[in-house]
Amino acid sequence: MSQSQEPIDQATDTDIPVRDAGDLANYANDQLIDFYSNMLFVRRFEERVAEMYLRAKIGGYCHLNIGEEATVVGTLKALQEDDYFFGSYREHGFALVRDVPAGAVMAELFGKRDGCARGRGGSMHLVDPDRRFMGGYGIVGGSIPLSTGVAFAIKYRGGDEIVMSVFGDGATNIGAFHEALNMASLWKLPTLFICTNNLYGMGTSVDRASAVTELWKKGIAYDIPGYKVNGMDVLAVYQLTKKLVEEVRRTSEPIFVECQTYRYRGHSMADAGKNYRSDEEVQSWRERDPVENFRKRLIEGEIFTQKDAEACEADVLARVQDAVDFAEASPFPDVAELDRFVYAEDE
Amino acid sequence: MPEITYREALRDALIEEMDLDPDVFIMGEEVGVFQGAYKVTEGLLDRFGEKRVVDTPIAEEGFIGLGAGAAMTGLRPVIELMTVNFGMVAMDQIANHAAKISYMFGGRLKCPIVIRAPGGGGQQLTAQHSHSLDVWFAYIPGLKVVSPAVPADAKGLLKTAIRDENPVMFLEHLALYNTRGAVPGGEHTVPFGAADVKRPGTDVTLISHSRMVLFALQAAAQLAEEGVDVEVIDLRSIRPLDVETLVRSVQKTNHCVIAEEEHRSFGVNAEVAATIYEEAFDYLDAPIARVGGVEVPMPYSKPLEQAVIPSPEKIAGAVRATLGR
Repeated sequence: MSQSQEPIDQATDTDIPVRDAGDLANYANDQLIDFYSNMLFVRRFEERVAEMYLRAKIGGYCHLNIGEEATVVGTLKALQEDDYFFGSYREHGFALVRDVPAGAVMAELFGKRDGCARGRGGSMHLVDPDRRFMGGYGIVGGSIPLSTGVAFAIKYRGGDEIVMSVFGDGATNIGAFHEALNMASLWKLPTLFICTNNLYGMGTSVDRASAVTELWKKGIAYDIPGYKVNGMDVLAVYQLTKKLVEEVRRTSEPIFVECQTYRYRGHSMADAGKNYRSDEEVQSWRERDPVENFRKRLIEGEIFTQKDAEACEADVLARVQDAVDFAEASPFPDVAELDRFVYAEDE
Repeated sequence: MPEITYREALRDALIEEMDLDPDVFIMGEEVGVFQGAYKVTEGLLDRFGEKRVVDTPIAEEGFIGLGAGAAMTGLRPVIELMTVNFGMVAMDQIANHAAKISYMFGGRLKCPIVIRAPGGGGQQLTAQHSHSLDVWFAYIPGLKVVSPAVPADAKGLLKTAIRDENPVMFLEHLALYNTRGAVPGGEHTVPFGAADVKRPGTDVTLISHSRMVLFALQAAAQLAEEGVDVEVIDLRSIRPLDVETLVRSVQKTNHCVIAEEEHRSFGVNAEVAATIYEEAFDYLDAPIARVGGVEVPMPYSKPLEQAVIPSPEKIAGAVRATLGR
């Protein structure tokens, strides 16, 4: 680690610094409001997705980011435009924050022609190479080797981009995770591994699935420094991620971050999220709600007024409605083109 | 034309493509310092340096996934699996990632990776190291699967594979590396989806690929002495399959035998037989015969192993039976 830079808190056995929110005064008002509106947009978009799923506009597996907005926004806002992003199947919010057009995201969920994956991918396979959003993946941990491959390519070409590779707590138990972390460290591949620990892999809690429950430690065997951050606090996530993104870029060495977060809903739309956790537990996390609490902070800190918050809400709802309208208006893909894209088309 | 080994033909293809395109690199277990487990990559580390000839840990799922990721940015990795048997631990990255990148993302990304893997039996490598898994890969839309039998095709198909925009499984055979054959000089590529008539004949169509082509040719030579004129077809490309060449031959000979090293059931031979039944049923004067590996895990003992793998004699016997001789 650089001596010339402000030291970064590194988690240790005895002292895991769960970073508190930074001082609002450290941020421009516009940036704070941007964080808030992005989180609110993810929240409202996902709520609408749930509604559309129940109305059978959306099918298949569908995993929501509700409750995880601070992690989604705080991590991605720290990434530069040229950097690459890989996600898991719980990636709707990440796509939105990466500015994948919301209409194209909703259209993809609807299975429509103008979806970002042309109706071939659906909820788990959102993509937008123009924004270096390299996709959502449905096999737990499967994207992690791919993401280190992009980091390998960056190094091969002598570029200064980095890769942000996001996966859930469950992914830290699968072989692909360990193989990829070993190679990322061995070959010094510029990857920021971000584990969104929402405490459950489907219905199996972290302590029932992982011998090591402090997930930030899991890179240490491969000599990858580990950090843990309060994933319910957007400023905490952003502040740490921002530093680590630049640290990875500067050193071309991987770093591992655990974002402690929570999903209010079940694993997917097919799971009520009741069998494996108590209502009290869910309620206790809702009290730490990343969106509501941040709105209160911004009002108390006089960053914006209640009236501004209401305007933001109205704007977000209108954008979500636009996305739904776009998806509704888009036709289904032409069945005659069913086998297009099985193989790459000639340039 | 100069005669070189199958191994040298592969190496020549690698060198030519690496000279041509700086985005081509080699990665795999023991490809560099060790000079290749089967010496295909011998000398390449010295020639191209460790940036382009990358030794990996023993982590097939990891490094094939890593190669696929690099390919998603436009690099052209040629990954060596030490043997195809280790592909089973990497199957998720091959079949559920590399093969799906183009389609599940609506054509917005592609994955031009080549995975070279020798397979097959006959070396007393026993149950875990003797598979012919061609059909596993050929089953997956999104993969291309090719498998050369002779040095000229080894070179030509590998060059085509490296230039292809899709994931390609390039299946070699352990017993072929030292075999020799003529390779055309200069730029030599072989297109995918084109079977090759290795021996023209009129009486019966004998279809196979990889090492079994050599056995089929031996069987054909034996049968020629008996007055039977066998047409030997080398599939070369499993997916895409050259149906036209197969059908045209059967229309001419009215008889068909398929000889493959794989287990006899559920294999490439089944797909080829079904396709010929669909496309050329009316031309067949006898049922199609299939010769395949005996359905046991590969045993160690030499006579037992030899009893598993189809021999030229077994193939010739199947041809005679099909012709009612």
